[in-house]
Amino acid sequence: MGIVKALKGDTGGQVMLAVLLVVTLVVPVLNLAVPETSFWHVSTYTVTLLGKYLTYALLAVAVDLVWGYLGILSLGHGAFFALGGYAMGMYLMRQIGDRGVYGDPILPDFMVFLNWKELPWFWNGFDMFWFAALMAILVPGVLAYVFGYLAFRSRVTGVYLSIITQALTYALMLAFFRNEMGFGGNNGLTDFKELLGFDLQSDGTRAGLFMASAAALALGYLACRMIVTSRLGRVAVAIRDAESRTRFIGYRVERVKVAIFAFSAMLAGVAGALYVPQVGIINPGEFSPLNSIELVIWVAVGGRATLYGAVVGALMVNYGKSTFTAMFPEAWLFALGALFVLVTLLLPRGIAGWLPARRAG
Amino acid sequence: MILAGMTWWGTAAAGALEEALPGLADRAFPAKQQAVQALAATGDSRALPILEALLAGDLYTREAADPPLVLARPSAAGLRLSDPLTGVDLGEVERATVKKIPLNNALRTALRGGIAALTLSSPDPAVRSRAAKDLMRDPSPESVTALRARLEQEQDAAVRTTLVLAVAVADLRVGTPEARLAAVATLEGSLYPEARNGLTTLIANETDADVKAAAERALTAIDARLTWNARAETLFFGLSLGSVLVLAAIGLAITFGVMGVINMAHGELMMLGAYTTYLVQQALPGWVDYSLFVAIPAAFIVSGLFGIAIERTVIRFLYGRPLETLLATFGISLILQQLVRTTISAQNVAVENPSWMSGSLQINPALALTYNRLYILAFALLVFVALLLILKRTALGLQVRAVSQNRAMARAMGVRSARVDALTFGLGAGIAGVAGVALSQLTNVGPNMGQAYIIDSFMVVVFGGVGNLWGTLIGGMTLGVANKFMEPWAGAVLAKILVLVFIILFIQKRPRGLFPQRGRAADG
Amino acid sequence: MGGQVERWQYLNPGKTLAETLDISHTTLLYVEGVTVSFDGFRALNDLSFYVDVGELRCVIGPNGAGKTTMMDVITGKTRPDAGYVFFGQSINLLELDEPRIAQAGIGRKFQKPTVFEQHQVYENLELAMAGDKRVWPTLTARLSGAQRDRIDEVLGIIGLRDHAWRPAGALSHGQKQWLEIGMLLMQDPLLLLVDEPVAGMTHQEMDRTAELLLSLEGKHSVVVVEHDMDFVRSIAKRVTVLHQGSVLAEGSMDEVQHDPRVVEVYLGE
Ligand SMILES: Nc1ncnc2c1ncn2[C@@H]1O[C@H](COP(=O)(O)OP(=O)(O)OP(=O)(O)O)[C@@H](O)[C@H]1O
Ligand SMILES: [Mg+2]
Repeated sequence: MGIVKALKGDTGGQVMLAVLLVVTLVVPVLNLAVPETSFWHVSTYTVTLLGKYLTYALLAVAVDLVWGYLGILSLGHGAFFALGGYAMGMYLMRQIGDRGVYGDPILPDFMVFLNWKELPWFWNGFDMFWFAALMAILVPGVLAYVFGYLAFRSRVTGVYLSIITQALTYALMLAFFRNEMGFGGNNGLTDFKELLGFDLQSDGTRAGLFMASAAALALGYLACRMIVTSRLGRVAVAIRDAESRTRFIGYRVERVKVAIFAFSAMLAGVAGALYVPQVGIINPGEFSPLNSIELVIWVAVGGRATLYGAVVGALMVNYGKSTFTAMFPEAWLFALGALFVLVTLLLPRGIAGWLPARRAG
Repeated sequence: MILAGMTWWGTAAAGALEEALPGLADRAFPAKQQAVQALAATGDSRALPILEALLAGDLYTREAADPPLVLARPSAAGLRLSDPLTGVDLGEVERATVKKIPLNNALRTALRGGIAALTLSSPDPAVRSRAAKDLMRDPSPESVTALRARLEQEQDAAVRTTLVLAVAVADLRVGTPEARLAAVATLEGSLYPEARNGLTTLIANETDADVKAAAERALTAIDARLTWNARAETLFFGLSLGSVLVLAAIGLAITFGVMGVINMAHGELMMLGAYTTYLVQQALPGWVDYSLFVAIPAAFIVSGLFGIAIERTVIRFLYGRPLETLLATFGISLILQQLVRTTISAQNVAVENPSWMSGSLQINPALALTYNRLYILAFALLVFVALLLILKRTALGLQVRAVSQNRAMARAMGVRSARVDALTFGLGAGIAGVAGVALSQLTNVGPNMGQAYIIDSFMVVVFGGVGNLWGTLIGGMTLGVANKFMEPWAGAVLAKILVLVFIILFIQKRPRGLFPQRGRAADG
Repeated sequence: MGGQVERWQYLNPGKTLAETLDISHTTLLYVEGVTVSFDGFRALNDLSFYVDVGELRCVIGPNGAGKTTMMDVITGKTRPDAGYVFFGQSINLLELDEPRIAQAGIGRKFQKPTVFEQHQVYENLELAMAGDKRVWPTLTARLSGAQRDRIDEVLGIIGLRDHAWRPAGALSHGQKQWLEIGMLLMQDPLLLLVDEPVAGMTHQEMDRTAELLLSLEGKHSVVVVEHDMDFVRSIAKRVTVLHQGSVLAEGSMDEVQHDPRVVEVYLGE
């Protein structure tokens, strides 16, 4: 019922979800059941790549929620993604047990290497999946809540806010690079073995992660649709277009902002948590400001304030990046740079802007 | 004695030298030691190379030949000999035919003292200073005497300071309790490391309670002064970092203040300035000392033109959409980075420092300010003042201020805001280029160098307040100094993080920065 | 807020907070000794101004007199340097921010009409509607039948029924004015602050606005700022004249029109 209402009039979203459903059902079959020699076989590499793209798409949806509907251009969503990833990485690290190079049953290799004697307190609990999963959502959410509370309360908006979010992810990057932080420093967390007892290298696990990513994307998308079609969503757009006016009709603007911002950060955290087991590593580079700003362009390419546009943009740009860097590794930054310029200049409404049947505005 | 040597140079003293010289060939160490002291006492400048040769193991004796003492240097056939007094070449011999004069520790000490006493009377003040310092390292009663004697006739103020210090340090080690007490008094507050070392050693070994107490007091005083010097040094480093931040931020402050747009390619425009410096140096090899004077205007023009091009082709279509401008200029920054990578090199390039920028200004023995940082500090202030004058005194400045306060009104008054925008952007970009020249003298020049600055310089602008150059200056300096003062106890990375956190908290209290722009336009 | 009170007392020696509060119970809004300065320029200068329950009050004054600034102070947009603003006997407006003031029952129409341009007219009214405006209730809010009826009624009052599903950005200037008035009605506030409601309206529309404002009288307190003297005359019982940030005269339209100081301000110099 709620789902039907949330998707009413959202042709793009309906098509996107339908395609997603088909792909989610077909790809694992083509990977697991079709013999490798067949033309129809989909390699595990492709499955993992697709799974990775889907987590990016979820991240893009999270960004579109705050940028498209609330007018907050966050240049720090990569940080929430990375935090979710680290939470999952810590769980995977502890699952290694004594199979690490140093064979310590408790301490991850990098701690043995640093001569640490016991597990830092904040690593406790991460041997349990449910705890790690909770943290992957809560840590980004709480950080976004605190940060948003401070920023929105003092009415920091526009480019100010953007740069401050960038500073946030930059500061976290610097912090996570430090060995003393206890997150593996430069090298981050890697050499994972298994997740919930499933071997991370096996085809079945990969397909399962792919399907989980697709499910997360679909659920995240629907949740965001429900928000934007609710009155709260209309208040968000009101804030985006005339923030001060919204205050004068009685809405606590900063609360609306902080709530949606924190929710968006949690989605990003989920995306990060699904990303890490598929790529097998998480390191401080994920916090780099470049990552965060790059994902904004996915949304811009797809079309802001449409949600499905964010999915399309994330998939297209990343597919483009994979093929482009394979063919002309030198030229990727030129292409990315040009993409930024051209999309903002010529395609302000993104690809979704080409499609008809969009409400006036 | 020394006085005499100075007066009848080469005549009366010559005799004394010749008289003492054979003693060096004596088999007994005490005799050799006496000869060394006698030679030193002659004050004859010819004695110095002989003693130095002896210390270096280059002085030999030979049987049945004149002179019996010879200088020997290794050569193809064995050793090449010369007369230590006249320097006359005495031909090559095999090693076995001469015998090296053996040394022991006592003799070495005597030699060093002798050499120092002799150099103390050198006509070159720098040599005398160095000799005084050598003497205090390993003082003997004799060297104290030599130092005192020298002090009485020394005219050069700098050498006198060193001599006073040397006498005191030497007294600490070998003087009577009274002399030690006096020496402690002299050393109180001295910043020379030797003074502090001398006092520390004294405190460890002193038996006389009064002297010990005085020494401890003096040491505390020295440490207090050293702390202050360390603070001054940190302050200097902070101001130096601040000057870089100001240089980086001030161009950004102009474009942001006037046009309300964030130029994310600002760091890359700085990078272009740094690369211009590099290219100018490549084009003018051998002119490193002057190349900066070419590079500064060149960088201003190169970056300025790039800036105008960016404004005309991209930014002008995005006015009123600051977030899009941010993204587009970020794209431009990627393109510029890659451009440098492909056309010049992906590696860092070597930019040379002109000779007049190397070295340092010695404020006192514990505090030296490097010239390159000093020059860049001065340069930043210069750029700041120049910019202030441009904005206050020129027609462009008036128009820029008008547009920044009320774009629509300025346009109605006939200000061609498009032209003003382009020129303002060019000005901001040009200043970024000039900042790049300064940076090339401090850090590595590479394609990524600009990235590190965008966040920092934006923080300066946010902290100082948009649309106010003074805010940028004070904001930059404050952040620079704060950063450097936090570094010792927090570490560089943590200090940076703390500064970021501080700014986030700061804008809670003052969302518009230290020096907010006023008026209705600012209400946004 | 102690600081505010003390500062205020310094400006009004001999009076205590309790005494000030203990005025007639029919008064809804107290603005006492309010001073606002921008860079040394006093936009409001020791302004005192009171509005009774159910009263319709007109405020006139030359450009720059401080009329809009007074509304800014009441609605929490501008913080005064000195003075005292109370809503009823007990609500200190200077302690509240804009949304709380709105929730306390003060609605405002801006001089420059500001509506949510991307939203449809209907949605604009829905957003303005009185109700629980906290985050969670807003997320789960559904329009009840009574609420739909109310929106429909207001659409009728402001004459925008045919435009209900158009984006507000597409409306004409006058229609935006009406929409803003409609949003004000949806808020159902105790006190309406209406800044230049008829600018850009035809005579007919002006008459309708006058009618509407008069119909509110009694149930709501209304403060109207307007330059159009005919319009003011058509609705005003009591008129306050602001000049250089303070009250110059107050009384019926006839009284103030014949006040020599008012004449001088409007005609003189
Ligand atoms: N934010 C501000 N910064 C600086 N000056 C301001 C600000 N707001 C108002 N002013 C000044 O305060 C004075 C009063 O302004 P206000 O808008 O209250 O006048 P008004 O009576 O509403 O005039 P009008 O009839 O033209 O609307 C004006 O001189 C104005 O320039
Ligand atoms: Mg007004």
